[in-house]
Amino acid sequence: MTEALLTVESLTKRFADRATITGRVRGRDAATLIALDDVSIAVAPGETLGIVGESGSGKSTLARCVMRLYEPDAGSITFDGQDVLAATGAELRALRRAIQMIYQDPYSSLNPRLRIGSAIAEPAIVHGLIERGEGDRFAGDLLERVGLRRGTAQRYPHEFSGGQRQRIAIARSLAVRPRLLIADEAVSALDVSIQAQLLALFEEVRRDLGLTMIFISHQLSVISRLADRVAIMYLGRVVESGATADVFADPRHPYTQMLLDAHPRLDGTRVPKPRLTTDTPSPYDIPAGCRFHPRCPLAEERCLSIDPPEVEVPSPRGGHVSACHVLPMQDALTEAAVP
Amino acid sequence: MQADAELLEVRDLTIAFPAGETPLLAADRVAFSVKAGRTLGLVGESGCGKSVTLRSLLGMVPYPGEVLAGEIRWQGEDLRVASRKRLAALRGREISMVFQDPTSCLNPVFTIGDQMGETLRKRAGMGKAQARRRAVELLDRVGVPSPERRLRAYPHHLSGGMRQRVMIAIAIAAEPQLLLADEPTTALDVTTQEQILSLLLEVQRDTGMAILLVSHDLGVIAETCDEVIVMYAGRMVEAGLAPAVMRSPRHPYTRGLIKAMPSLDVSGGVPAAPIPGQPPNLAALPPGCPFQPRCALARPECAEIPVTLDGDLLAHGSACPFAEGAAA
Repeated sequence: MTEALLTVESLTKRFADRATITGRVRGRDAATLIALDDVSIAVAPGETLGIVGESGSGKSTLARCVMRLYEPDAGSITFDGQDVLAATGAELRALRRAIQMIYQDPYSSLNPRLRIGSAIAEPAIVHGLIERGEGDRFAGDLLERVGLRRGTAQRYPHEFSGGQRQRIAIARSLAVRPRLLIADEAVSALDVSIQAQLLALFEEVRRDLGLTMIFISHQLSVISRLADRVAIMYLGRVVESGATADVFADPRHPYTQMLLDAHPRLDGTRVPKPRLTTDTPSPYDIPAGCRFHPRCPLAEERCLSIDPPEVEVPSPRGGHVSACHVLPMQDALTEAAVP
Repeated sequence: MQADAELLEVRDLTIAFPAGETPLLAADRVAFSVKAGRTLGLVGESGCGKSVTLRSLLGMVPYPGEVLAGEIRWQGEDLRVASRKRLAALRGREISMVFQDPTSCLNPVFTIGDQMGETLRKRAGMGKAQARRRAVELLDRVGVPSPERRLRAYPHHLSGGMRQRVMIAIAIAAEPQLLLADEPTTALDVTTQEQILSLLLEVQRDTGMAILLVSHDLGVIAETCDEVIVMYAGRMVEAGLAPAVMRSPRHPYTRGLIKAMPSLDVSGGVPAAPIPGQPPNLAALPPGCPFQPRCALARPECAEIPVTLDGDLLAHGSACPFAEGAAA
């Protein structure tokens, strides 16, 4: 494997609630939410890493730590050989140019009083990539790049539909010629016909510009389309990772299996299996042992007390890792293995 | 209860929102019927009129919209002309509703027990002690763990999935004959979504209630509904038994929607194909078929055809006379 562009090692991020007075009187500590618990990922240049997880799994916190929007409590982040967590001043500005982020709701990240031409050109001017006078031509080029007409540069964000606004957000992130693009639920709020347009645009941009991407989504189907490799997160931990094709074809963590099973299918063939009382536990109170054990159909005695280590499982493309005591040890996945 | 008695019949329902000289038609001549024990799905993208259609059934079209024309017959009675009092009496008793966001439906300053008790006393006419017992039963029924303790919980103590279970418990408290569900799982994670959908179908099996389910997710519709109506720009463009519509869609929009759905297939299958163009703008619809600006099969005649289905829910109707035989 080539040298990774981004390496995250053993990253931990906790959010502490403020201690309440009654809590202090009763000698209780403030509640602590564990958003990331010893998370490691690596992204090779030109690769797209998909991060999948349900709400509260820590996927957005991970992205925000990489951008230095949050300061992690432990661990390291290396981007292109540089220590991200130690960067200050000009270094940090350069990093934030090299790493761009696209959010779920472009309406809240676009200034409603700024014409979109200015919104797109401004970051490039600030970072000294272009002169102020070149702004219009520059923004026009980028708008065409993302499938909008040049003339739309004179309009305001509210004049666009959700899909178009997301195109504008992509154009603006490309304006500073980033090397890594982090898309956090970037297509989740869009209707399916428009979502497919945006996915095609992401593929095109990635191919043409040779971008490295981290694509965060709760939709497995979106990840299966875009990502070369995938990391499945559950309650602040990566529970399974590997080549997307390997993980989806032969999931080796019961949570991944549960996610794949729960995905609605058009042919309506899935037999609904009611698992009635198994909501995701609170990240304030992560279960001991394997964090998935309260919901796991395969849980054994050891799962209640021992946090499972990551185990490499044999896979066609290699690098398939699962943090489960039970499943990776089974040679082949048979129906009998998944009750 | 008779298996296929028609509970609800909707004919030529037209809902308008005033906008300048010509009102916008959020629903245009929508027609369907719902039978006891069956699930009908309304599917479409944002702004297609599915939610407003659902809300109109109980006289809940948001202001300044209004029902312009059509009939809404509940067991023969025309609800369009029903008094406020009559509609209020129906709501929560014979016809219940579950919304997308359970947080905004629960009052944050009352406990779950208070809110369930109120419904049970007012809608099902129970006494305090009886309501409490029934609330525990209902919470247990919808899979809320330790229901007695949960009665004392406030809405913010519960997760989104648990709140939606509570909403379903309240909705089924008076054993309604019809449940209107507006995107009931859209705000939930996929594993929770599966649990909630299974729960709805389970309750339906036990009680024989009919469900009218609105969703933007074809997968959700395919897995839960007996019949489905596909809507686009306020029009019904396709209707039929769910397996038939999913397997052999007849309207170009339905075909496009199905092809646009990203699949889980990682073996290098056909990638999701977008539907080109922008979502429809109700204020600037073309004459004739509203889908023509985005349709690969569009031809000049499309501006002149009426948007009417050539078949009903049982006969698999489509509003496109040109798609037959064309490559799907």
